[in-house]
Amino acid sequence: MHDVVDNLAPALLGGDAGPFRRAARNAFPFVVVGAMWEAVAHLGLFPAQFFPSLETVAATFVRLTLNGVLPHHALATLLRLSAGFILAALAGVTIGILMGRSRRAEDILLPLVSIGAPIPGLAYAPLFLLWFGPGDVSAVVLVAFVSAFPIVYNCWTGVKAVKEIWLRSAQAMGADDRRLFSHVILPGALPYILTGLRLGLAQAWRILVAVEMLAAVPWGLGWLIFGAQEFLNTDVMLAGIAVIAVIGLALEKLVFQRLEEFTVVRWGMMS
Amino acid sequence: MIGDRANLSRYRSLRRGALTLLAVAAVYEVIARSGYFAPALMPPLGTVARTLIDSILDGTMLWHAAFTLYRVLCGFSLAVFIGLPLGVLMGRFRAVENFVLPLSSALMPIPSLAWIPVFILWFGLGNTVTVLIVFYAALFPMLLNTWTGVRSVNPIWLRAAGAMGADERAMFWKVIIPGASPFIIAGLRQSFLRSWIAVIGAEMLAGSDWGLGWVIFDAKEFLNTDVMLASLIVIGCIGFVTERLVFGSIERATIYRWGMARAAKG
Repeated sequence: MHDVVDNLAPALLGGDAGPFRRAARNAFPFVVVGAMWEAVAHLGLFPAQFFPSLETVAATFVRLTLNGVLPHHALATLLRLSAGFILAALAGVTIGILMGRSRRAEDILLPLVSIGAPIPGLAYAPLFLLWFGPGDVSAVVLVAFVSAFPIVYNCWTGVKAVKEIWLRSAQAMGADDRRLFSHVILPGALPYILTGLRLGLAQAWRILVAVEMLAAVPWGLGWLIFGAQEFLNTDVMLAGIAVIAVIGLALEKLVFQRLEEFTVVRWGMMS
Repeated sequence: MIGDRANLSRYRSLRRGALTLLAVAAVYEVIARSGYFAPALMPPLGTVARTLIDSILDGTMLWHAAFTLYRVLCGFSLAVFIGLPLGVLMGRFRAVENFVLPLSSALMPIPSLAWIPVFILWFGLGNTVTVLIVFYAALFPMLLNTWTGVRSVNPIWLRAAGAMGADERAMFWKVIIPGASPFIIAGLRQSFLRSWIAVIGAEMLAGSDWGLGWVIFDAKEFLNTDVMLASLIVIGCIGFVTERLVFGSIERATIYRWGMARAAKG
């Protein structure tokens, strides 16, 4: 949890140049890499089936999007991600805050959390598949289980990091337990809680694609990529990976940066 | 007095923690022995312990662990050898930053495990795929942490060193590297964590015949839940030991000694 720069996307280059210059500067590396890819693909060093040119990938992408296959896969993945993540957020925030507030809960739960956390989530996958059977249930439960750990850890740290003096002054001013919680502890711990949720979502996203490959679910981007391997459809796989990249970027940029702007940044707890 | 009380509450925490673990183990044991689930799915703890000890004694578990560690270390060191210098270059030269940053922003949100099917097609099953997946997983945390670290070196230190006549080399080794070290070490740690996750997944999906990830996945086919749980224990232990002992002691020997720990936490 010593993340200095975690998470999905660092800011794109800003700088003093105009918007057009900036766009050009951001696009330039992609043009270079794309040109290299095209050169290799067209030289025929590798069979086209394994190393399709970018036009083929783009054509596949458009074809699969228009006939609805790609959106269906993406939707299934997103539903699974949200189900798992919501479960994890509910359980994780509750457990984390409980651990931060009550000494007894901390003593009881900490050993379990510190034993479960260092095991990579995917290692549990076969076990969950045996216990819950292949399919959606295992995938969602596994994603929830894995992404709950960073959430619990950060909520716990956050509640403990609320300044003692804030608690005491609120109590001195006559705040009861409920007001203390909703007006002091929750806002005070919120930056940590948001960090935890963000790490949890990133974790869930990283694990979900692999889980879909293992869990034999009927729809899902991981399954699309894995299934395409059987038929040597490299273009389908690359189109799937492009969708995965777009969703990953969107999760970071649209969901969490917005949320942070509206809460902790506005309250002046983080800049 | 205060020391006594601290000791007492610490003792109470330990006792409660031990009690929880015992209670969980007892509940598991009761469910396992009640026959509500098939014993193949939920073996009693004694069986798991016996499987673990047997497989360590006859050497198979050690071989699996050795293969996994070998793959992790290959991919991880490759990521460090490329990510660390590239990150430093990005921090020092604007042109490198302009080129590498957009690419890594686009590649980073793709989970490393999504590349497995593509890599299998390109390189075939086996070690290459696993090592490359580990490399992909470990590269970005290393790269971006180093970059941030180099950029966050206090400019006053640079100017002070320059005013005192440090040349480029001295500036690099004596100012920039130690100044960026909290971030670099955080990056190493995070990279290792990612590699450890990636190697298990890669071995499950692209495994050939050895490795802790492969053995878990393989045991599922034969319903050997005891083998799965035993390998889980080994995986957890290795992860815990590297995280605490290796990275803990690196941190103590460097940034804590240099008094830079606060920067790492910030």
